[in-house]
Amino acid sequence: MQIGELFKKNLKYIELSAKAGEDREERVDSELPSIPDNLFIKCPSCGEKLYTEEVIENLNSCNYCDHNFRIGNVNRLMIIADEDSFEEMDKNMTSVNTLDYPGYLEKIQGYQKSSGITEAIVTGTCTIDGVKVVIGVMDSNFMMGSMGSVVGEKVTRAIEKATQEKLPLIIFTASGGARMQEGIISLMQMAKTSSAIKRFSDAGGLYISVITDPTTGGVTASFAMLGDIIVGEKGALIGFAGKRVIEQTIKQKLPEGFQTVEFLQEHGFIDTIVARKDMKKLLSRILILHQEVEDDN
Amino acid sequence: MTIKEKERKIEELKLKINELKLMESNEKIDFTDQIKELDTKIKDMEKRIVNEMTPWDRVLVSREQKRPSSLEYINEIFDDFIEFHGDRYFGDDKAIVGGLASINGMNVTVVGEQKGTDTKDNIYRNFGMPTPEGYRKALRLMQQAEKFNRPIVTFVDTPGAFCGVAAEERGQGEAIAKNLMEMAGLKVPVLTFITGEGGSGGALALAVSNKIYMLENSIYGVLSPEGFASILWKDGTKAQEAADVMKITANDLLSLKVIDGIIEEPVGGAHKDFIKVAGRIKEVILRELKELQLQSQEELLDHRYARFRAFGEFE
Repeated sequence: MQIGELFKKNLKYIELSAKAGEDREERVDSELPSIPDNLFIKCPSCGEKLYTEEVIENLNSCNYCDHNFRIGNVNRLMIIADEDSFEEMDKNMTSVNTLDYPGYLEKIQGYQKSSGITEAIVTGTCTIDGVKVVIGVMDSNFMMGSMGSVVGEKVTRAIEKATQEKLPLIIFTASGGARMQEGIISLMQMAKTSSAIKRFSDAGGLYISVITDPTTGGVTASFAMLGDIIVGEKGALIGFAGKRVIEQTIKQKLPEGFQTVEFLQEHGFIDTIVARKDMKKLLSRILILHQEVEDDN
Repeated sequence: MTIKEKERKIEELKLKINELKLMESNEKIDFTDQIKELDTKIKDMEKRIVNEMTPWDRVLVSREQKRPSSLEYINEIFDDFIEFHGDRYFGDDKAIVGGLASINGMNVTVVGEQKGTDTKDNIYRNFGMPTPEGYRKALRLMQQAEKFNRPIVTFVDTPGAFCGVAAEERGQGEAIAKNLMEMAGLKVPVLTFITGEGGSGGALALAVSNKIYMLENSIYGVLSPEGFASILWKDGTKAQEAADVMKITANDLLSLKVIDGIIEEPVGGAHKDFIKVAGRIKEVILRELKELQLQSQEELLDHRYARFRAFGEFE
């Protein structure tokens, strides 16, 4: 099958949640927030004029410089998971308004409608070149991928499933950080997910964290930076504090390329960086290199 | 009237009482009734101050320059404190202090976030905003405590982890994340006191603990009220309103089970009677450590896991 066919609207590939399933046509459209409805777009990175169709066929990356346009979790799973292998966990889990923050639930419903997904992450199991893994994919289309109770709980359950079933764990991060509307409970999700990773790690589990654009705040300061192997998608933003906050602190403009995966690799925090088109192959190679060699005797 | 104004009024009334007493002895006039009346008025006002304190009032008290710092508590509460420095990788962060101490014959490791006691000291302490080196020093000391089977007591008082270029370059996010993960696995009791500001991940990085207590006028939140207002309402000046909705006071956090208990402060804040507050913290440390040390390593770990696993509501 041609890669391009993956993105045809009528392709039945991954059934997300019941709620998302109802308007899957809209869903696929909303998957391409960074690409305007034009025939041509300009690459924000290298400035080349790109034919939109070709960008889509190229997994939403620039054909010249591999700049990655942001993609949602349906597209991500299409690229990473083997066909028909994804089985979603906790499909319909949604937020409640623990702190009675005015208008929070309406906001959630708004995002559910516009993005077609129920929360900022999908989790489940799939195979990657035949190797079964637990996978989580965050989606910045949903409230900037912020982590509240639902994201924290789905991540924790995914980690616990990987621990129980002795499966490798892969999480694609994309998040603005803790979800403000859930206040301190969002902060507690950082401790909750990190505690679960500690147990998974002690049990010998392999956790590959994949940093995609943008990963910041409370997600950076918890499970994003706790991978045994930390992979960066080319050009992705990764940081703890927001750029604006730092600029206000130091009263200076920040250098170009600050807080990218390339920047953090240079400082020793990212294992390897790949283009989107090479991501699946890399993950597959890492997974295979972690498989125990069968004893012939 | 703001809290400060009320406090000033109380001071004025107290001065008046002293004047009356002076006049009583000098001029032999009986002011007993008047003094009694003023005394009741003061008591009333003090009660009102406590009852009427808004979340924002507590934010201000938690940031009060005179508020006792971690080192002051540590030196007052523990019998013998030896400070240890450095993360053994890069440097020594002055915004986090830690070391070895004993309390009623029991050896412990103590770690705390340290604000300055005056402007000069605050610059030296980076206003209590730790860099990655601070969190790595804290983790080093906590893992040392685990090796020698000592309980750990932490003091939290920070506006937040430092936001700067160097902090990003040296992995602020990674340092905090590592603390959260490794604290979850510490095989010794961990007890935390939030004594001033509990600012976001920078506070949590010392607070993945078995038991967490807050001073009555301290705060603990996902972000500062200013930051919250700036992110959600694009207006950092609405911090006061943010404080109202964020649920950052000790009472709110007790009902959300984020903390296990509240330590009472004198009217106006801990700095009004530091010795008394330190004494109350000491009582809690002794009581809690006695209880926590009855637990097996496995029980301690399960208790800590369950404590944080429980957070979150969803449908």
